Amino acid sequence: MIARLSAGVLTFCLLSAPAFAQGAKPTDPQIAHIAYTAGQLDIDAAKHALEKSKNKEVREFAQDMVRDHTEVNKQALALVKKLNVKPEDNDTSRALTKQAAAKRAELAKLKGAAFDKAYVANEVAFHKTVNGALESTLIPSASNGELKSLLQTGLKIFQGHEQHAEHVAADVK
Amino acid sequence: MTPGRIGFAALVAYTLSSVPVQAETIQVTIDKLVFAPAEVNAKVGDTIEWVNKDALAHTATATNGDWNVVIGPKQSGRVVLKKPGAADYFCKYHPNMKGHVLVAP
Repeated sequence: MIARLSAGVLTFCLLSAPAFAQGAKPTDPQIAHIAYTAGQLDIDAAKHALEKSKNKEVREFAQDMVRDHTEVNKQALALVKKLNVKPEDNDTSRALTKQAAAKRAELAKLKGAAFDKAYVANEVAFHKTVNGALESTLIPSASNGELKSLLQTGLKIFQGHEQHAEHVAADVK
Repeated sequence: MTPGRIGFAALVAYTLSSVPVQAETIQVTIDKLVFAPAEVNAKVGDTIEWVNKDALAHTATATNGDWNVVIGPKQSGRVVLKKPGAADYFCKYHPNMKGHVLVAP
């Protein structure tokens, strides 16, 4: 219950993006860092699932996450290099990283179907959180047009992942 | 030209003219997770070719299970339409990508 409560609080904090609570818009270097971090965290979670899961559908989903997020992050790195923007660490990136570490520790204790179910449920939740942040904060705040456009395409990809994760979640239920 | 040749040419001409409408290849582009055109009208025997401009892999997967085409990044993939009827399809990796094919007999 306490764990559930704190996870709920964390989710709330992420959704309300504490770093920008004072009305300060995130800067492009911060936005780039957040987007890249979210992608990398999902790749790490997928690699963890590939170590642990034996479920074909879950493994295929995890492989899709590694493949897509690797490609998007590759494009993000190429863009920041081109724009000469240095991604800047920030509270939102740190909160995402902290939450992912806690989730990983929780998932590490699970096995078999319980792991599959928890991993996929978290994938739905994680993509939902990131997509919400992209829509409400990151895309509207991005000042560079190319960064904004990459985030918009990213949002479409990650909305696809969210739906894909929902399909898998229905199957591993 | 010998009578034999004339006969052969006539036969070829006759055969060609009696062939029904030629099967077509209909191209659908995938760009930034959008199938364009999203709606395609085709006939049995036509081929749909998806040209993927994205750097990501996609699929064109019929919801009725008739076909499933994996289209790699910057690649193309095709399917020959064998059955008449309407088919919805989507991308298995990004199910928010949707398309529709109407196949006339």
